[in-house]
Amino acid sequence: MSRALAPATELLRLDGIAQHYGKGETAVTALAGIDLTVSRGELVAIMGASGSGKSTLLTIAGGLSKPTSGEVIIEGQWLSDLPPTRIAMLRRRTLGFVFQDFNLIPALTALENVTLPLELDGWKSRKARAAGLEALASVELDDHANRYPDDLSGGQQQRVAIARAVVGTRRLILADEPTGALDSTTGELVLRMLRSRVDAGAGGILVTHDPRHAAWADRVVFLRDGRIIDQSAPAGVDTLFADAQRA
Amino acid sequence: MSIRQSLLAILDQGPCYGYQLRGEFDRRTGSTWPLNVGQIYNTLDRLERDGLVAKADTDSEGHVYYAITDAGHDEVTRWLDSPVIRTQATRDELAIKLAIAVTLPGVNIAEVIQVQRAASLRTLQDLTRTKNATSEPESAEELAWMLVVDSMIFAAEAEVRWLDHSETRLARASARGFAEPLPLSTSSPKRGRPVKAEPAAQAAQAGQPAPAGPLTTDAVR
Repeated sequence: MSRALAPATELLRLDGIAQHYGKGETAVTALAGIDLTVSRGELVAIMGASGSGKSTLLTIAGGLSKPTSGEVIIEGQWLSDLPPTRIAMLRRRTLGFVFQDFNLIPALTALENVTLPLELDGWKSRKARAAGLEALASVELDDHANRYPDDLSGGQQQRVAIARAVVGTRRLILADEPTGALDSTTGELVLRMLRSRVDAGAGGILVTHDPRHAAWADRVVFLRDGRIIDQSAPAGVDTLFADAQRA
Repeated sequence: MSIRQSLLAILDQGPCYGYQLRGEFDRRTGSTWPLNVGQIYNTLDRLERDGLVAKADTDSEGHVYYAITDAGHDEVTRWLDSPVIRTQATRDELAIKLAIAVTLPGVNIAEVIQVQRAASLRTLQDLTRTKNATSEPESAEELAWMLVVDSMIFAAEAEVRWLDHSETRLARASARGFAEPLPLSTSSPKRGRPVKAEPAAQAAQAGQPAPAGPLTTDAVR
C-alpha cells in the first residue's frame, strides 16, 4: 500500500478493510476486503441485508473498533499510526455519529448536547455556544436551543443529533439507520437536512436498509457477505423523465 | 385508462377547447404524461358519443368548446368516489422476466436481480434529486407535481424491496433444492384456464386487486 498524499477533498478512505471474528473452523468473516472513499460534499449510502456487514463497517470507519486488517485513513491520518488518545481526539474533532435512537443526553438542552463534543475538546464556552447555535441553525432549530430532548419531537431530536455531528470542525457524518424511528415524512425532512449539510461541504456515510432513504445519497454501495458487490450513482434526471414519457 | 375521467373532471370546472384541456391536464399532473392533441380529440369524440360532454360555443378564433353534461358530472363524482382497481390486465414486465429467468438453465439469477436493483436504485436516486431540488410545494401545481414524483418514488422503492425479497426467497429455495431450471414439458397443454388462476380470478371479482401472478394469467388460452 502506498502512502501517497490523499487529495484534499478526501475525508475518509478505507483500504482493504477485513474483519474476522473467532478462529479456525468457527471463524466468521464480517468484512472481506472493503475499499471505499468518501469526499467532501459526498454522501455514500451502504445497503445490504442484515448481517451483510453494514454496521461493522461504520464502527470501523469511525475508529470505534479496529479491523483485523486494512487501513482507515481520515483526512490523511492513518488510524493505525495513532495512539488511542489521538483517535479519541479525531472522533471529537472530525467525526459525528447519528444513530437510530438519537442518543441525546436527556439532562442536557439541545444546545448543550450539540456543544458537548466541543467542551470535551476544551473549547471556551462562549465560542462553543456560538458554534452550537450555528450548527442548530443549519438544521433550522436554533429557536429550540434551550429545550430538553423530552420536549422535542423525534424528528427534531434527530436534527439535533445531525447538528451535533457537524458542530465546530466536524465534517464526517456517520449515520446508522438515522430515520429508523421516524415516520415517513419526518424521516424525509431529516434526510433533507443531512443532505444539505453534505452539500455545504461535509461528507457522510448513511447505513440503511431502506431504498427510499439510500436514494438521498450520491452513491449507493451494496454489501453482501462482507463484500461490495455493486455501486450505483445517479443516471441523470433527463434520461429518467424521457423513460417515463415513453412508457 | 384515467385520461378520459381526468379530462371529464377538468371539464366539470367549465367548458374548454381541446388544446386548452391539454394544458390543464399537463399542469395538474406535473407534465409527467404529456398528451397529444389527437388523443384529446379522440377522447372528446368518445365522451360526446357517450353523452358525457356536448359541443358548446365556438369563439372568434374558431376554438370549439366542449361542456360537460349532467351524466358527465355524475361520472366524475362516481370516479372520485371509487377506488382505482389495478387488474391483472397490467402485466408486470419485470415479474415476468424474473419468473421466466428462474426456470431457465445457465442464468445467474442473482446477477439478474442485482443488475435490476442497481438500475431501480438509480431511478430512485434521480427522482430523489429531483425532489430535493424543490422545497415544500407552494402552489397547487407544485403540490400535484410532488405527488406524482412521490408516487414514482414509492413505486421504485417497492420494486427494490421486491427484488430484495426475491433474492432471499431464491436463496432459500436453492438451499432446499427447488431452484432447478424447468425443462420443456413433454405433456401437451390442456385447453382452458389453468386451475391455479382461479383464486386470483375470484379475488378480482370480489373487487380485490389480484396478486401478481404473471405465470398464471393468460397462460394457456
